Amino acid sequence: MDATLNEWAGRVRNAAETGKTLRIRGGGTKDFYGQPTTGEVLDTTPYRGIASYEPTELVVVARAGTPLAELEAALREKGQCLPFDPPYFGDGATLGGMVAAGLSGPRRAAVGAVRDYVLGVKMIDGNGDLLSFGGQVMKNVAGYDVPRLMAGSLGTLGLLAEVALKVLPLPVAERTLRFAMSEAEAIQKLNAWGGQPLPIAASTWQAEALTVRLMGARAAVESAHATLGGEIVPDANSFWQGVREQTSTFFAGDEPLWRLSVASVTSPLGLSGPTLIEWGGAQRWVRGDQGAEQVRTCASRAGGHAVLFRGSQSLKASAGTFQPLSPVLARIHRNLKQAFDPKGVFNVGRMYPDF
Amino acid sequence: MAFINDVRFEVDKRAILARLKSHLPSQAILVDEEELRPYECDGLTAYRAMPLLVVLPETEAQVADILRACHALKVPVVPRGAATGLSGGAMPHEDGVVLSLARFKKILKIDPLSRTAVVQPGVRNLAVSEVAAAYGLYYAPDPSSQIACTIGGNVAENSGGVHCLKYGLTVHNVLKVRGFTIEGDAIEFGADGLDAAGFDLLAIINGSEGLLAVITEVTVKLTPKPELAQVVLAYFDDVQKAGNAVADVIAAGIIPGGLEMMDKKATHAVEPYVKAGYDLDAEAVLLCESDGTPAEVAEEIERMKAVLEKSGATSLVVSQNEADRLRFWAGRKAAFPAVGRITPDYMCMDGTIPRKRLAEMLEAIETLSGKYALRCANVFHAGDGNLHPLIMYDANQPGELERATAFGFEILELSVRLGGTITGEHGVGVEKVDLMAAQFSPAEISAFHRLKAAFDPDGLLNPGKGIPTLARCREYTQTRGTTSPSPTATPPRF
Ligand SMILES: Cc1cc2nc3c(=O)[nH]c(=O)nc-3n(C[C@H](O)[C@H](O)[C@H](O)COP(=O)(O)OP(=O)(O)OC[C@H]3O[C@@H](n4cnc5c(N)ncnc54)[C@H](O)[C@@H]3O)c2cc1C
Repeated sequence: MDATLNEWAGRVRNAAETGKTLRIRGGGTKDFYGQPTTGEVLDTTPYRGIASYEPTELVVVARAGTPLAELEAALREKGQCLPFDPPYFGDGATLGGMVAAGLSGPRRAAVGAVRDYVLGVKMIDGNGDLLSFGGQVMKNVAGYDVPRLMAGSLGTLGLLAEVALKVLPLPVAERTLRFAMSEAEAIQKLNAWGGQPLPIAASTWQAEALTVRLMGARAAVESAHATLGGEIVPDANSFWQGVREQTSTFFAGDEPLWRLSVASVTSPLGLSGPTLIEWGGAQRWVRGDQGAEQVRTCASRAGGHAVLFRGSQSLKASAGTFQPLSPVLARIHRNLKQAFDPKGVFNVGRMYPDF
Repeated sequence: MAFINDVRFEVDKRAILARLKSHLPSQAILVDEEELRPYECDGLTAYRAMPLLVVLPETEAQVADILRACHALKVPVVPRGAATGLSGGAMPHEDGVVLSLARFKKILKIDPLSRTAVVQPGVRNLAVSEVAAAYGLYYAPDPSSQIACTIGGNVAENSGGVHCLKYGLTVHNVLKVRGFTIEGDAIEFGADGLDAAGFDLLAIINGSEGLLAVITEVTVKLTPKPELAQVVLAYFDDVQKAGNAVADVIAAGIIPGGLEMMDKKATHAVEPYVKAGYDLDAEAVLLCESDGTPAEVAEEIERMKAVLEKSGATSLVVSQNEADRLRFWAGRKAAFPAVGRITPDYMCMDGTIPRKRLAEMLEAIETLSGKYALRCANVFHAGDGNLHPLIMYDANQPGELERATAFGFEILELSVRLGGTITGEHGVGVEKVDLMAAQFSPAEISAFHRLKAAFDPDGLLNPGKGIPTLARCREYTQTRGTTSPSPTATPPRF
């Protein structure tokens, strides 16, 4: 075993034996996300680098501490990308953090989420065992799909060491269009367009303006533009970057930021506070001090859930970051934690207070 | 061939029967041998077992009652869809109840605006696309068995199809799954939005082979039908050139709607059966599909043709209309039954390997075919590196089934050594349960058992399948751990 992994496994075993906890940390860019957790920091950044990259296989394998920027640059050089636009939220973002946080950016509705691209993981479980699940092939149903389960588990189930990802070619052509439109009309349009074979890669509605990004073959982008109309947005890259990285003005300031994941056809939520819609209507960002109960009820009525994405420590403490689980799901979650991390070593409480 | 299930239960048949009778109408319980016989195997006919009972519930409340009864009396439960599975996943447990979802046949809702369909698990895969067609939509995963197999079975196996290179597997096309735990508690995986709170349990219910929960309702995503699709048939005078052409297409930055391959044995089996019009002199044919707007397709077909020609295709035929296209695909989709016509029995392997190793694998299969003196036709989901060698044998000839099994094992072990997996889409079931030890360490197998126990602590759902007991792993390593069917060096395990 690699020396770093050996050392990590030792630390995990030691923590398990002595009843200590570990806080897994890459670049720390997503420290704000989830509940605060305690324990000695296990810094993943020394374990970095691309282990293998074969453009013809559409697969890249890299160590968890690899800076996301380094990974994306290597892919770009070969005309490929991580199509789900993972947000960095800071310079130091790592591959491991990307998978553990499970966050996807503007193109998610069109191309799938982080989890859809995770093919394999090498990880250390709470017993200090180095385990490998999945692999480097597109189709693999041997054993349960643990690699995808790791995506979005916030490091509560294990310490990611290495990840294999499916990658895709960069789109050949793109164009960003803007339409003046009310919220209700935008939701209606986005869903109607979604039922047509149009190369819509991303969408954002905010402040009475709908912005749509087309990506695909040149001919497809041209004909979609002809069908849809709209005004071409000149500095499109920086616009989408602002949404992906939450640097646009909508996200500025200290007001709480709620993320609601709902059925795409859900009509305007009617919550007070500014709203930004993404993912063809399936992701709604809402600013303001809404009352957690109200936001959560609203989300579950719309077939989904709400996340207190950013908020003060005191709000997080009272409202919790994530939507409470049904009793059956809560039991399965505790059991899964027990299955992978029986002594409760990793990121305790980061997702839900009871594990 | 008997599969020795080493997970057994002491079951009081009279007690479970009495309890089930109190919850179900009598026609929903099968007990007589002649009624049970049709349930003794699935699509993997080489392995059979007779169940204690078969139950055919019609409502979720009945499913919950059955599960509560079996849980209370510690009786194993084997969920079953259309039994087209090819790994013995739905094969009964001798001490257990088969829970058939065959009567859950309703499409509950189609919503063209949100592009979703809510269906019961016994709905056939193709039926969803047929109903969605009125809205210009379809359900993308299209296993070749789609006329018969059910959505419940598709989720349980995470099934793929000939278009999943571009449109994804079942796991990528399902939003929400409703089901029941072994305790009879309702549980929901996923949501109506694109993600759900907590762990991504939807990811593990897909491909769970009936070991984690019984699925009673599925919300699937529907995809807009492309305006146009066209397929190129590329013929090769050498199988390995065809294998390399697959990697060349991907390397050119093209993600075809489908990229499939058949060798000469397969086309020769298919042609008299389907009359697809394949060139029978070629050693291999690739089916390479482009879909999108007419302009997009025209552009992509030209790029595909250029790559395929450069890779050494001897001739190229492009479908000129939808009838052509469907005929070309009909040949591919009928490959299994077509091979079934030219041999008394066949076994379908399902290894997946990195695309660049295709040529190497084909050569090894050729050698193994000689070694075991059994014919093998090759049908591949080439774009995904997913192989379906069809090993032909005659179960009535002494020793042939054993030879076929050993042949298959060697192919799958080689798949693992080439950096791949023992199963791409058909599941582990009983067929490959021992081979799990070729791919996973004892620590990894133990982790799978713990994951299973998180859902089903008593191990009552589909016991003995999917994940081998540690005793089986030991036995496998002792008997096969040292065999080395090919000189290929072991690549570092990922
Ligand atoms: C000719 C032929 C071609 C095929 N082509 C393909 C192909 O292209 N791609 C592919 O992926 N597969 C293919 N298959 C395999 C098979 O059709 C698929 O695995 C299919 O998904 C099985 O569906 P089923 O309804 O028949 O399930 P079954 O065979 O009845 O069951 C399969 C597994 O799912 C479990 N299960 C079934 N229903 C439920 C439920 N409601 N809840 C929980 N567990 C459940 C069972 O316990 C079992 O483990 C093919 C099979 C044949 C015979």
